[in-house]
Order: sequence, then structure tokens, then C-alpha cells
Amino acid sequence: MSQTVQYTEVERHAEPKGFVNRWIFSTDHKVIGIQYLILAVVAAFTGMALSMLMRIRLVWPDRSYAFLETLFPVGAPDGVMTPEFYLAILTMHGTIMVFMVLTTAPQGGFGNYFLPIQIGAPDMAFPRLNMLAFWLTLLSFLTLMAAFFVQGGAPGSGWTAYPPLSALREATTAGIGQDLWLVSISIFCIATMLSALNFIVTTLEMRTEGMALMRMPLTVWGWFTTAVIGLLAFGVLLAGGILLLMDRNLDTSFFIPGGLVVSDRLIDREGGSPLLWQHLFWFFGHPEVYIAILPGMGIISHVLATFSRKPVFGYRAMVYAMMAIASLGFVVWGHHMFVSGMSPYSAVAFSVLTMAIAVPSAIKTFNWIGTMWGGRLRLDSPMLYAIGFVSIFVAGGITGLFLGQPALDMYFHDTYFVVGHFHLIMGVAAVLSMFAGLTFWFPKMFGRFMNEPLNKLHFWLTMFGVYGVFGPMHFLGTLGHPRRYADITGVNYLAERGSAELHYFITIAAMILITAQFIFLANLLWSLFAGKKAPENNPWEATSLEWTIPSPPPYDNFAGRVPVVRRGAYDYSVPGSAKDFLMQHEPDEMTQEPATRDVR
Amino acid sequence: MALFTAIVIWLLALALLLPAWLGPWGFPEAITPLARQIDSRMTLTFILSGVIFLLSQFALGYAVLRFSRKREEAASYVTGNDRWEMLWTTGGLALFIGLSLASYSAWAEARFDAERHAEGDPNRLIVEVVAQQFVWNMRYAGPNGEFGPTDPQLIDDSMGNAVGVDRSHPMGADDLIVPRLALPVGRQVEIVLKSKDVLHNFFVPELRIKLDAVPGLEGRLRFTPDKTGTYEIACSELCGLGHYRMRAFMDVMEPAAFETWLVEQAQYLQ
Repeated sequence: MSQTVQYTEVERHAEPKGFVNRWIFSTDHKVIGIQYLILAVVAAFTGMALSMLMRIRLVWPDRSYAFLETLFPVGAPDGVMTPEFYLAILTMHGTIMVFMVLTTAPQGGFGNYFLPIQIGAPDMAFPRLNMLAFWLTLLSFLTLMAAFFVQGGAPGSGWTAYPPLSALREATTAGIGQDLWLVSISIFCIATMLSALNFIVTTLEMRTEGMALMRMPLTVWGWFTTAVIGLLAFGVLLAGGILLLMDRNLDTSFFIPGGLVVSDRLIDREGGSPLLWQHLFWFFGHPEVYIAILPGMGIISHVLATFSRKPVFGYRAMVYAMMAIASLGFVVWGHHMFVSGMSPYSAVAFSVLTMAIAVPSAIKTFNWIGTMWGGRLRLDSPMLYAIGFVSIFVAGGITGLFLGQPALDMYFHDTYFVVGHFHLIMGVAAVLSMFAGLTFWFPKMFGRFMNEPLNKLHFWLTMFGVYGVFGPMHFLGTLGHPRRYADITGVNYLAERGSAELHYFITIAAMILITAQFIFLANLLWSLFAGKKAPENNPWEATSLEWTIPSPPPYDNFAGRVPVVRRGAYDYSVPGSAKDFLMQHEPDEMTQEPATRDVR
Repeated sequence: MALFTAIVIWLLALALLLPAWLGPWGFPEAITPLARQIDSRMTLTFILSGVIFLLSQFALGYAVLRFSRKREEAASYVTGNDRWEMLWTTGGLALFIGLSLASYSAWAEARFDAERHAEGDPNRLIVEVVAQQFVWNMRYAGPNGEFGPTDPQLIDDSMGNAVGVDRSHPMGADDLIVPRLALPVGRQVEIVLKSKDVLHNFFVPELRIKLDAVPGLEGRLRFTPDKTGTYEIACSELCGLGHYRMRAFMDVMEPAAFETWLVEQAQYLQ
């Protein structure tokens, strides 16, 4: 009995009829996953366009662009971007990238598509909830975009929206834009919590026979821990967002202290604390960093093992490291507030905890290199993106050693050093993991490969681009260049030390980087229709369950016959085996299985 | 491909690290003992993180080069090694937390004493720095050495009373409100940091310290500048559309020049 592949018969569901039911208001996790990915791509290109405008404004502040005047008559009168407009696009860039790209694509996109298949489930536990979560996310995105086109334009208080700047209408030129921002974020919080609940229940309840927790692919562990974090963190942001909305519209004073005077006018509020918002925001905000990167960590582990033809080095350590990151992630938020005016004594505790959370990240890095060590690497594009991820992850993570020490953070806080740091570790690393995931799973999702030479070109341009953009930002930071400056001539000490040249270099590098992303987009669209056909179910010779079914996967994934899982997810190059991979449902060729079936 | 990948990874790593070390973009001059102490911790952290960074990138590139598909042997079936896991877990923990504790004294010196109003230099100069959208206001106690009471109702920028000091009060009549932060060299300074409207941040790169000006709270910073010169205070917390131009100058002067300056300013007030 143990020498043949076994299946569990499960109930089948009828495929919905009609275009709308199948592709738009669909409850199929794969369609919803693709919808999340489309949203993320649209959002990513929007956010990227905004970043290009920022780079242009910093280097050529006086240049006029006719299209800007057409699009944003208030923000760019005569086509020249005003400082307020710079802050508005800065705020929107951060918000779009953090929420609509880094939170949606890795989890809502890839997680939705592949978590059920990888654990052998026909769909998510709550398909309708899943659909609701996506449509709420889309509503949130549209609400956010609307902020550009209302009176006063998009808010300029940064993606962190610190009050009193974000709370007092008197203090900024933005009006209802800030309210739309808050409504958008609140909707997003609800959507993400619904989705997180779905992921948790699906992982715990829907695994096929034999899929013990410690046999799950690390991708599933990444999505699962991310969902736990999301469920706990987004509720706090939701509460904060509602309180701030009330401060703006119902004359409450949660975040507004007494005795404020804006432009010589006394504000009739009292009793609130600006620090309260920072605590609420960063209690969400720091775990959010891990929400963005943990699914990526899972994907990278998965891809590295597959293309090294070697088991993941220290699978258990990888799982425990994810758990450590998820739990420690909730007690380090204070490192965003070392210079906020909170008690300097608490900074010591936050500093030690912050340095402690660097340990599981280091464990993961060493285990990734350990996975490659002694392997037989196939340098296909998913693997290149994964290698790039490790390189960037180290580069972005190591500067955290400076920022985690309050004494050193005093200098670097709110300078370009921080901008360079978090873009590498949270933005670029997460995006590289998505490139790895997309190129890896593209043949499964669409039955075709992406164009390999174009992927490689894109990879190398991206690597040069990101180091060229975010590397020099660290040097701007050592010069003491504050971030969020609409004009780089505001202080003399920067101009004297060559900051303008660095900014110029960064803008050129950003242009190359952005051009490279259009190559990727073109490749993606072209490959959807004309890419090389993927030959069979398992072109990469991978082990997890999604490679047991046709490409693209049918409705219900396993057509009613879910394979019984016999082994962990990374049995590559098992000694004595005829081929260099054993899929999770394949029986052992050499040893006799015990008579009793594996139980969860 | 493997060789190319490895070489580019190494080159990019060096391109990030070498300019930080050799390039012209180092820290500005340090003008307090505390700033120099922080710089020494910066150097320690830079060396340590630079070594970890280079070793990791080198190992990554080496793995790509050494274990590429070209080699004949099959991949080894290694699922992990608990000794190595223990090694880099405990090693990382000791290293990172040790690093954090190494800079603890600098942090304590920067913030603890002022926070708990501990006894400082009895002769120290106390200056109130009041931030408002896009302007820094410095208040000196004036000849009588005491700050007068303030009231937000009295704030009137056009009348030169940006902090709302009560001019009818005997202690408030001689308070100086000026746009420059003048300090005598070699004497301890205590900055009392306030904000009238939104968050701002007091940052002088040469001092290496930074603190938010939070409306409703008083922040305190102590330092002793030991080099004369003119430095800039750059707002480092987003405060609105004029954030980028919210700066003021900090003049560190010889004590005699500082006394003369104080007398001159008092004359302007009358």
C-alpha cells in the first residue's frame, strides 16, 4: 500500500457559469489571487510614477511639465510642482506602496493563489469572505486615489500621518484628502483582517491527509504567520484611524493637546496626546514590515531549495525564526520613537528587543546560504531573483544595527539613511521575492513561461538600479540630510558637502530602475499570450503539491482527488532515489512505510 | 552565468561599502564630547556590520560560483545542522545585544540626566527653543536669569511675542526672543524644547543629537559645545509645506562675545 500514490476523495463543486461569475465576482481563490496581483501591479506602477515625480522635483525643482498641469492643476500650477504637491505625492507613494503593493501582492496575491493548493485544499475556508476582502481592498484603493482629485488634493502628512499635522485642518492645505486617506486605510484594515482570518482557518483546518504542520512548505508558514500578525496588528491601526477621523470631524481631542497656536490662532481643543497616535500607529507599523517581508521569506526559501536541488537548510529553525519574528515584531515598535519625546528609559528596552529581532533574520540569511551550499544550482530567473533577494536583504538589514541603537539613531532618525534602509529591506527585498514568485509560478498559473532573457536583463538592471538608488541615500544620511524635504537647498550644510550630486546620481539610477520595470511589464503581458508553453505539470521539478496538477490548475484544484502527503516539502537529492526530487505525495522508494497512515 | 553573478554580487557589495568608508560623505565635524562618543560607537558599529556584510555577500557569491550546475557531483542531502544553528543564534544574540549595550552610555548621557532633571552644571545656560510652523524661536531668560510665565492667548507673531510671554510680569519683561541660537563655547547648555502647533524636530548634525518638539510636552537636551562656529538647525520631523526651509542658525561664540551679544539683544528689546 505504501508504494503507490494515494488520494483522498473530496466533494466536488460545480464551476460557476458566465464570464462575470467566473472572472469578476468570483469566489475562486485563484481568480481572487490574480485580482489582487492585478491591483498590486496597477498600484505599483502608480506608486513608481509618483516616486519618479519626486526624484524630478528634487533635482529639477523649477522645470515645468504640461501634463502635470493637466493632471494636477492645483498641485502643479503652470506644470511646476509645489512643495505641498511634493509632500502629497510622497505621502501617496508611501501609502500606495506599503498598503496596496507590499501588503496585497505577497499575501492576497500569491498567498490566495497557492496556499490552498500547497496544502491540498479545493479553496480557502471562506470563499465569500475572500471575495469580500478583495472588493473591500479595491474600494480602499479607489478611495485613496480619489484623494488626488478633491479640493486641497492628497494629504501631505506622510504615510505615518502624525498628528497634530494630520489632525488639524488649520495646519495643512489638504482638506478632505486626509479624510479620504483615513477612510481608505480603515477599509483596508477591515479587508486585511477578514483575509487574515481566512488564511488562518484555511491553514489550520483545510490541510490534506498527511500534511502535518512541519511538512508544510515554508511559503505556507510565511503566509500563515503573516496572517496571524495581520489579524493582531490591523485592528490597532483601525482603532487609531477611527480616532483620528473623529479628531478631524467630530471635534474630539484624542491626539490634540491643549494650547495649540497655528498661524497666531489659538486652537480650541485640549487633552490629547500626539504620542498616542505614534504608539498606535507603530504597534501596527512595525509588524507591517514583517507582513510585507515574511511571505517573501517563505517564497525565497522555497525557490532556493528548488533551484539548489537541496533541502532547505534547517527547516525547523526557519519555522521557529518566523515565529520569533512574528512575536518579537510586536514588542519593538518603540524603535520608531527613540527621538519622539517618549521616555528615554523605555528606549533601552526597545533597543535590546530590536537587536534581538535581528537574530532570527540573521538565522534565516545563514540558512539560505546554507541551503545553497553543497547544492547543484540552476540559475534560472526565479533563482536569480532569490539570490538578489538575499544580497539585498543583507544590505538592507545590516544598517538596522545602526538604527536599533538609540544613541546612533539620534543622528540617523528621519534622514535619508532611514529611507535607504527601509526601501532595501522592506520594499526592494519584498518586491524581489515577488519577482521570484511570479517567474517561478508563472508556468503553473498560465501554462507558459516568461521570457528568460528578458527576465535576466530585468534582473540585472534592477540590481544595479536599486543599489544605485538606495545605496547613495545612506551617504546622504551620513551627511545629515533630513528626509521629506521638498527642496534640497533648504539648508546650507548639505549643498556644501555635495548632496546635489548624490541626488542627481540617484535620479538617473531611478530612471534606469523604472525603465527596467517596464521591461518586466512588457515581458509579463507578452508571455501571458505568447510565452513558451510549459511542457508538463512540473517544469521546475519541484516537490510541493501545486506541481501535481495541470497548468493552469482546474477549478477545485484537485478535481475531487487530493493526494495524500507522504513527506516534507523539500526532499531534493535524496540518496538512493532515481531522480533528484521526491514530490510530497510520492511514496518512499527505498524504505518501507509504517503500516499505519500518517496522521496530522 | 555563475561567475558573472558572483562577481556582480561582490562588486555591488563593495560599491555600497567602499564609498561609505573612503568617500567624501562622512559625518560633519563633531563639536561636543558626547558627539565624539557617539562617533566612536558609529565606528564600532560600522566595522562590525561591515565585516558581517562583506562575509555574507562573499559567501553568497561564492556559493553561486562553487555550486553551479556545471559541477559533476549531485547536490548533497543535508537538511540542517543544529550546531551551526546554535552557533549563529547565540553568536548573533551576543553580538547584536552587546552592540546595543555598548552605546547605552552615550544614550544615557544624552537623555537621562535632562529627563529626570538631575543636577547639571549649576552654571549651565538654559535656552527655550520654541518651534512653530517653519520658524524657530529661541527664548533667553534675560538679565534677571528667570523665564517669565507664558500664555498661548498672548501669542502674537506680529508684535514679536512668538512664545506668548507675559511682558507685564517682572520675570517676563526682560525675556529675549530671537531667531538665532547663540551659545557660549565650553559651557553646558540645556535646551528646553517646545512646539506651538505640530511636531518639529531639533537637529544639529554637528551635535549628533535629535529630539522631537512635541506640542504639549517639554523636551530637554544637554550638551557642551567646545568648538566655535556657525551651525544649522534643520527641522527633521515633517511639519507641513515649509518643512524643507525650517532652519535656523546656531552660533557657538567665545564667552565674551556671547555676553556682548546678550547685552545687544537686551538693548534691541528696549
